[in-house]
Formats: sequence, structure tokens, C-alpha cells
Amino acid sequence: MAQQPIELILMRELAELLATPIFVVDGAGSLVFYNEPAEGLLGRRFEETGPMPAEEWSTVFGPFDADGRPMAPTELPLVIALREGHAAHETFAIRGYDGTVRSLEATAIPLIDARGQLVGAAALFWESVS
Amino acid sequence: MKITLWGTRGSLASPGPDTVRYGGNTSCVEVRNDADQLIVLDAGTGIRRLPPRLPNGTRRVDVLLSHLHMDHIQGLGFFDALYDPELEVHLWGPSSTSLDLFTRLTRYLSPPLFPVRLRDLDCTLHVHDIVPGPVDIPGFEITAARVCHPGQTLGYRIRADGHTLTYLSDHEPMLCARGFARGPEWTSGHDLAADTDLLLHDAQLTPEEYETRVGWGHSTLEQAARFAAATGAHRLVPFHHDPGHDDDLIDRRNRDLPRELLGACELVPMGEGDTLTV
Repeated sequence: MAQQPIELILMRELAELLATPIFVVDGAGSLVFYNEPAEGLLGRRFEETGPMPAEEWSTVFGPFDADGRPMAPTELPLVIALREGHAAHETFAIRGYDGTVRSLEATAIPLIDARGQLVGAAALFWESVS
Repeated sequence: MKITLWGTRGSLASPGPDTVRYGGNTSCVEVRNDADQLIVLDAGTGIRRLPPRLPNGTRRVDVLLSHLHMDHIQGLGFFDALYDPELEVHLWGPSSTSLDLFTRLTRYLSPPLFPVRLRDLDCTLHVHDIVPGPVDIPGFEITAARVCHPGQTLGYRIRADGHTLTYLSDHEPMLCARGFARGPEWTSGHDLAADTDLLLHDAQLTPEEYETRVGWGHSTLEQAARFAAATGAHRLVPFHHDPGHDDDLIDRRNRDLPRELLGACELVPMGEGDTLTV
């Protein structure tokens, strides 16, 4: 498998070190990593799920809006960050691999390299307290 | 391809009786192909020794900068080729998010830091911002990629005459590779070094020094050896020696390196002025 851009490699390293749940996708939108704190909310270890394409990760957990209606993938902050190249924030619910439904807040940022090319995106998310 | 080291030192030039064998000049490497076409890797203080060796009839010199830390550009102002009106000099270096390479280099090559301005040089000067990917220089196939070192830093993979050289002068792959357990996909510099014939790699620190300098962008010899083994490099030349390390210490480190770290790679210590053909 080809080497990832250095920006993604460093993003993964940062995610490994932080206590904040982080979900990292590459420039094509494919999931390439989520960290240990994220595993607690998603209900499965990354080593078990492995990388997955955008069509899969954007639907496998739901997601649902505040009224419990399914959300389109295009409404997810990570997808917005990737498609539109700016930060995005949203509150939504997911059903984890363990079957638990959790309300989350997520802020996603595009990862843009020094030449202005989108190399991926990262979402920081946490369980909503309300 | 013929490779000559004119500067092997990192951070700061360190001439003296204790550094005569590995050399005290900072990073500069001469690379020639079989047709005697030449590129220069980095413009540390070692570059001053290079112009007398330019092949007769040379009309073009290409200098590829890995990054703009002082130990990699300090020799530029003393590179005679820049003052030769007969020469076409191409300076290549990493692009940045804000200023172009020419503007960033003028921070050094202008008063008060230097009396001559970049725009006033006698040669015909071309300055190129490199974006990762192929670098178009006649006689060589060159690929540049960003690598793990503070600031915009490039590593180079150079192919000529059927052989490859990889130049990773300032590189801390272990910072984001956790012992390379994540494999090639997550190892900085991997694709540049994969199956290369000769790897010039940062080996600045001792393991003890590394403990207090994590994130500074440099490697130990042991880490360089593991990187070489992980990427399938055939030969490893330790490079960018710490200014505080004398010849005896570097010899000791080379001698004591556990050979199993290298895998099938061969350790090839080289000093300033040494030439190797690949």
C-alpha cells in the first residue's frame, strides 16, 4: 500500500496521543484511522474494522438527527469538510457496533497541505451531555 | 552515479582536530550521473569546496535544498557558481503556504545578514518552488516528498544510470511510526527509500540524546538502521552528525550498532570528501 501524505501521518500520530476521540479520512474520504477514545464511542477497535470507504462509514453508524430520522451522509461534518473545504460542526446520534445509540457532537476540519491540496479530513467528536 | 559528501554535519559547522575524518562542514552532497551531469543536495558550508570540481564546460548547476534551516543554506552565499556569469544556476526547495522560495531565501541573502542580494548575483539564477512529486532536471529522475521534520522539509529519491539514491538528511520517522509497526503506509519517507541502492539518512543523535529531543526532527543511528531495514534500502550512509560528536564517538556508534537492526542493509560510514559509486 502506498505511503500516506505526511500530513495524514502526523494527524494520525496526534490522534494516537490525544484523549479526544478523532476520526481521520484520506482525500478520497476513506476512513484511514480512528483513535482509542473513538473506539469507545464507536463500539469496536480500529484494528477490527480497519479502513473503509466513505459509503460504508457514513452509513454504518446511522446516523440520526435529533428527532431520530436518518441523516444523509452529506449532512455529516466530516463529509462537509471534505466536500466544501471548511470546518463544520453538527450534533447527531449514531448506533455503534455494540448496538448502543449515542448522541454526539462533532467538529470536522479539512486537512489541506502547503500547496493547497486536500489530503484528508479529521473529525473530533464527543458524547453530547444534553 | 557518483556521490561525494562535502558536508556531513548537522546543525552547526564544527571544524577541528576531532572532526577531521567525518568532517565539520554542514550538509552538502554532490551527485553526478555517468554523463557527468551534476546536482547538488543542500547548500550547507560544505558547498564551498565544490566549484573547483565542476566538470569542464559546465553550463548548468542544480541545487536541491531539503529545507531552509541555516545548516542547509549557509554555504549558498559562498558558492562561487552564483557569481559566475557563464553559469545557469537552478535553486530548488520546498514550497510554503505563504512566501515563495526566492522571497524566503532573501531573508538570508540580503543585508544585514549577507552583503549580496539574491537578485544581484552574476549567474543566471532560476529559483523553483518544489511541490511534492517529480522534479524535472535533465539527466536524473527525481521525486520529492515531504518528510517528518519541523517546517516544510523535503526528502529526495534520485535515479540515474539505473540506480537510486535517497536523501533524507533531516528526518525523524520514528516520531510517527512507533517502531514502524504500522507498516509502509504510515512511515514517513518510506516510498522515497523503498528498495533504494543508497540511503543517506539522518543519524544525528545518540539514544540518550534522543530521549530529550523527541520532535526535533532527527534520528539516532539505531533508528536510521531500523528505517533502512524497514524500507529495504541496500546501503545506509549515516549523515547529519551532531556538532558535538567527534570522530571517535561516531566510529564507536558505527562499530557498536547492533547489526540485526540493519536487516539485509549494509552500513557504509562516509566522511567529508569521500566518494561512493552506485
